[in-house]
Amino acid sequence: MIAPVVELRGVSRVFPAGDVSVTALVDADLVVEPGDYVAVVGPSGSGKSTMLNILGLLDRPTSGTYLLEGIDTSTLSEGQRAGLRSRRIGFVFQSFHLLSHRTVLENVLLATIYNRMPRSERLPAAEEALRRVGLGHRMDFLPTRLSGGERQRVAIARAIVTRPALLLADEPTGNLDSATGESVLAFFDELRNDGLTLIVVTHDDKVSQHAERQVRLRDGRIERAA
Amino acid sequence: MFLALRELSFARGRFALMGSVVALIAVLMVLLSGLSVGLVNDGVSGLKKLPVSSFAFEAGVDESAAFTRSMVEIDKAEMWVDVPGVADAAPFGLTLVNTRTDRGVDIDLALFGVELDSWLLPTAATGSDLSGPGQILLAGTLADEGVAIGDVVVVDQIDKELEVVGFVDGQHTFGHVDVGYVDLSTWQEIRAGARPGDEVPNHVYRWVTAIAVLNEGDAEPDVAAADEMAGTTTMTLEESFGASPGYTAEVMTVQMIQWFLYAISALVVGAFFTVVAIQRRQEIAVMRAMGASTGYLLRDSITQSVILLVVATAVGLGIGLALGAGLSATEMPFALYPSAVAAASAFLVLLGLVGAAFGVLRVTRVDPLTALGASR
Ligand SMILES: Nc1ncnc2c1ncn2[C@@H]1O[C@H](COP(=O)(O)OP(=O)(O)O)[C@@H](O)[C@H]1O
Ligand SMILES: [Mg+2]
Repeated sequence: MIAPVVELRGVSRVFPAGDVSVTALVDADLVVEPGDYVAVVGPSGSGKSTMLNILGLLDRPTSGTYLLEGIDTSTLSEGQRAGLRSRRIGFVFQSFHLLSHRTVLENVLLATIYNRMPRSERLPAAEEALRRVGLGHRMDFLPTRLSGGERQRVAIARAIVTRPALLLADEPTGNLDSATGESVLAFFDELRNDGLTLIVVTHDDKVSQHAERQVRLRDGRIERAA
Repeated sequence: MFLALRELSFARGRFALMGSVVALIAVLMVLLSGLSVGLVNDGVSGLKKLPVSSFAFEAGVDESAAFTRSMVEIDKAEMWVDVPGVADAAPFGLTLVNTRTDRGVDIDLALFGVELDSWLLPTAATGSDLSGPGQILLAGTLADEGVAIGDVVVVDQIDKELEVVGFVDGQHTFGHVDVGYVDLSTWQEIRAGARPGDEVPNHVYRWVTAIAVLNEGDAEPDVAAADEMAGTTTMTLEESFGASPGYTAEVMTVQMIQWFLYAISALVVGAFFTVVAIQRRQEIAVMRAMGASTGYLLRDSITQSVILLVVATAVGLGIGLALGAGLSATEMPFALYPSAVAAASAFLVLLGLVGAAFGVLRVTRVDPLTALGASR
């Protein structure tokens, strides 16, 4: 049996904030199988980003267990978590977070360097990823010269160039107009059809409709999917 | 080292500015190094070239002006010869005079008076050794200043004539003036202000500036006991440098400026890389999120600062050496020793790196979560 890509068991995250503490995530259980496309939805402040950051190994749960492809991530060192991040997880952020002083191609290449991909495979992989998102003709551009939709496609190319097991996206269409957003979502559908596991955080119903499963958060608690 | 290099070329202006500051500091540092070596040479090269372990001065003499103030009785040399661990001891005279050659060249001289049969007597590189009263053996550098063998040097005020018989090799200076060796009795007469033809009282020949002492090999004679016995105050040759006029103040001033330069350099470089790290926060956060290890990010940033420091220091060094070559040819007390310059450059790079480390370490503290604004 193949282990689930993601398994959360009773995961909570408490932020100490002065005297009172904020419980952003309460006792969350979640299983995401390979090839799943999950939308995490809920109002602002409900804990969506907190959950995504834990899933992306950017943050650690206060309690509970997170297994990534069967590996208990709580026992790993920061270095091991960074290694896992670079090999198994791709990120797409709402505000793209491209490096503005590097070309489109270099931005994508960076991911392959941390990933320790063999040197000879890096350039072909980066070019291939950019062609896949339809930006084969923009490789030498600086991100500042691209439109929002194009920037997000570069970010997606950067996220998938390492062939991750899991793609995490936090409000990927939040900074895009609806037509451009739709094209990004169409591309996610394509990735899903190729077998990639996706978890997308959104408060937008149009986005969550693309996913086959919705996880609804309210005040840090998962409500059962409708 | 892809990122660091890209960053260098992208933020060219900023790094060039910082590099110029480091380069200018390197230029100053080369010049100061040359000046400090030059000052040392100019102050005490004549003493350094003496085959002496220490000087026994008059008891209780002012140590910063011992060579000009001290008066020691000549017999004390015999007392010092008998001190265990002392190979030899000889009377030594030193006085500063203004002179003019018969060809009209004005020269200030530090007259070193030594006995003609003494181990202190130098050998001439050109011309002949001292062989009698009324002769003078001059520092080799004076040969370039219009003084020749056979010239007559006349001591101001007393009109004492000294015949130039030869030159010792290279620079011999004391307190920024050139050294001339004369026979001890001649020195004693000049020191007493005796004009030619004057009757010189006998007591004049009883006094010298100090007793020069030569230790046996590595022996360390009991100086305190010997001073007690002979009624002298002894300084090692090195300690006696401080008795050269202005020497301590000059060397300390230059050294202080050097230390300030190092400190300024470290602080400026540190501040610069701290600002660079702050500006790159967002970028570093993204790279961390993508799984860049701390080691990778550190190596990247350190490479960047090493490149900046090494290139800038090398450029500064080049300019400094070129300027220094010009200065060496002038009257300025300036001498570049490769070892001193190399050590100073290495130190500059090292301290720059220490400064840079403070900025670079910020890189390790960037939290991808907060820096990415938690994706908001
Ligand atoms: N670093 C933090 N420190 C303190 N409180 C935080 C922190 N991050 C998030 N929170 C709080 O946790 C709750 C959930 O936040 P978040 O996961 O960002 O919600 P969402 O992404 O659904 O809008 C909010 O109340 C937020 O203020
Ligand atoms: Mg959020």
